[in-house]
Amino acid sequence: MWKWLHPYAKAERAYKLCNTLLPYFVTVTAVCIAVGWIWGLAFAPADYQQKDSYRIIFIHVPSAILSMGAYSSMAIAAIVALVWQLRNAELAVIAIAPVGAAMTAIALITGAAWGKPMWGAWWVWDARLTSELILLFLYFGVLSLYHAFEDKKSGGRAACILAIVGVINLPIIHFSVEWWNTLHQGSTITKFDTSAIDSSMLWPLLINILGFAAFVGALSLVRLKNEILQVEKHRPWVRQLVSRG
Amino acid sequence: MQFESLSDFFHMGGYAFYVWLSFGSCAAILLGLVWASLNDAKRIKREVEAQMKREARIKQAQEEAKA
Amino acid sequence: MKVEHSYWHLFVAVYRKDVTLAFRQRAEIVNPLLFFLIVISLFPLAIGPEPALLGRMAAGIIWVAALLSTMLGLDKLFRDDYADGSLEQMIASPYPVSLSVLAKVAAHWTITGLPMVLMAPLFALLMNLDSQALGATILTLLIGTPLLSFIGAIGAALTVGLQKGGILMSLLVLPLYIPVLIFATSAIDTASMSVAYGGQLAILGAMLAVAIVTAPIAISSALRVSVS
Repeated sequence: MWKWLHPYAKAERAYKLCNTLLPYFVTVTAVCIAVGWIWGLAFAPADYQQKDSYRIIFIHVPSAILSMGAYSSMAIAAIVALVWQLRNAELAVIAIAPVGAAMTAIALITGAAWGKPMWGAWWVWDARLTSELILLFLYFGVLSLYHAFEDKKSGGRAACILAIVGVINLPIIHFSVEWWNTLHQGSTITKFDTSAIDSSMLWPLLINILGFAAFVGALSLVRLKNEILQVEKHRPWVRQLVSRG
Repeated sequence: MQFESLSDFFHMGGYAFYVWLSFGSCAAILLGLVWASLNDAKRIKREVEAQMKREARIKQAQEEAKA
Repeated sequence: MKVEHSYWHLFVAVYRKDVTLAFRQRAEIVNPLLFFLIVISLFPLAIGPEPALLGRMAAGIIWVAALLSTMLGLDKLFRDDYADGSLEQMIASPYPVSLSVLAKVAAHWTITGLPMVLMAPLFALLMNLDSQALGATILTLLIGTPLLSFIGAIGAALTVGLQKGGILMSLLVLPLYIPVLIFATSAIDTASMSVAYGGQLAILGAMLAVAIVTAPIAISSALRVSVS
């Protein structure tokens, strides 16, 4: 059943697959982010309540979604790596982690920049903000654990275990933080109902989400290629590749 | 186009600082990561190349010593 | 001649070895407790001695101090065994690694967690905690500190093979401690308002039950990675 997958366990094959997929991801990223940003910044109507400051939504929501999406894909790769002992999946975990961390950082920064004019404070101990911050810590944990190992093979497996432990804990953390928030302070923040968003704003938002997703994919592929090369740098196929230029 | 003029567009209805701060930092982080990743690729390829050259030199030196 | 041991024997043997070792070098038990005490006494100095303010913050302070002092003992949890090779023996032995791990975590809790539970009334006194909250503090520490030992042991197992694992371990473990902190402090807060806090305790208990079942698996696979 899984036989078609086996060749991709070989590094060279996986590298070539990355190369084939990369142009599609890059194209989608470039088109969607260009269209999405221009549409969102210049053509989408201003919000009747938040005026033009709401335009931050066009990067805030996609990066927040992708920060969690990247973590889930990282965890899936980690499970695959540990269960089927696939080295490439381990490398994928390491390739995705920095991209996911960047998404989380963007979500936090844009959230702060949106919060200042709307709530009057750069940072509020809101449930979502807090869980996003913890998510950033988890990403940093995976990355620094991997880089702390001198033997990258053990480092990769340790990072996989941590990613899985993190993904089991993430719902608990999210739930506890949400619960803590409702208990400790009344909801001073008006939650924006995103489902009631007008289609003139929804379309650019969806395009941006797609663009960010493609960006995460594209950059993960680039980084996965790097990781594969790094690990396989003594192999003949890498040398052929390099000498071909 | 939602804005009357270009300066209006940059003004963002008074929220210029916040909007451009978020879009700017977002672009900076994304581009920075892309640059770092591409730079890594170049560095690894350079390393492999250097290693190959070193091995070739060693081989040559060994052959010269033999001859 | 092959000697067969029951799983229970194995558990007791590992547990007793760790506890005896700790009692031989008493600093291992005393130092985290002293650290706990000193951290707690720093807070009134930093935020002011008003009893009402301290009483309001006591739950949080006691729990943050408890988190930090469990971290102290964690670094040593597997390190000595790793250094003298008995960790490899543990993994190579025909007995399940999870079981020895369970015993080691239980020993760690006996050494660091239990003394904290026993000292809790003293800290509550220092922090001007009222009597209703005292019961909750003891109960949450009783359920929460083993949970800390379990979660922390995962981090300790992941970093045991590293030279400078200590700081990295706290970086990995502290985010995972957050749910424990939230539920424990909110139980104490609720108790000080004389409201039933069974719900929070039940959630802590549920988390502990899940940790007892799943954490040894994660710890033993992390140890395998570190030892290999």
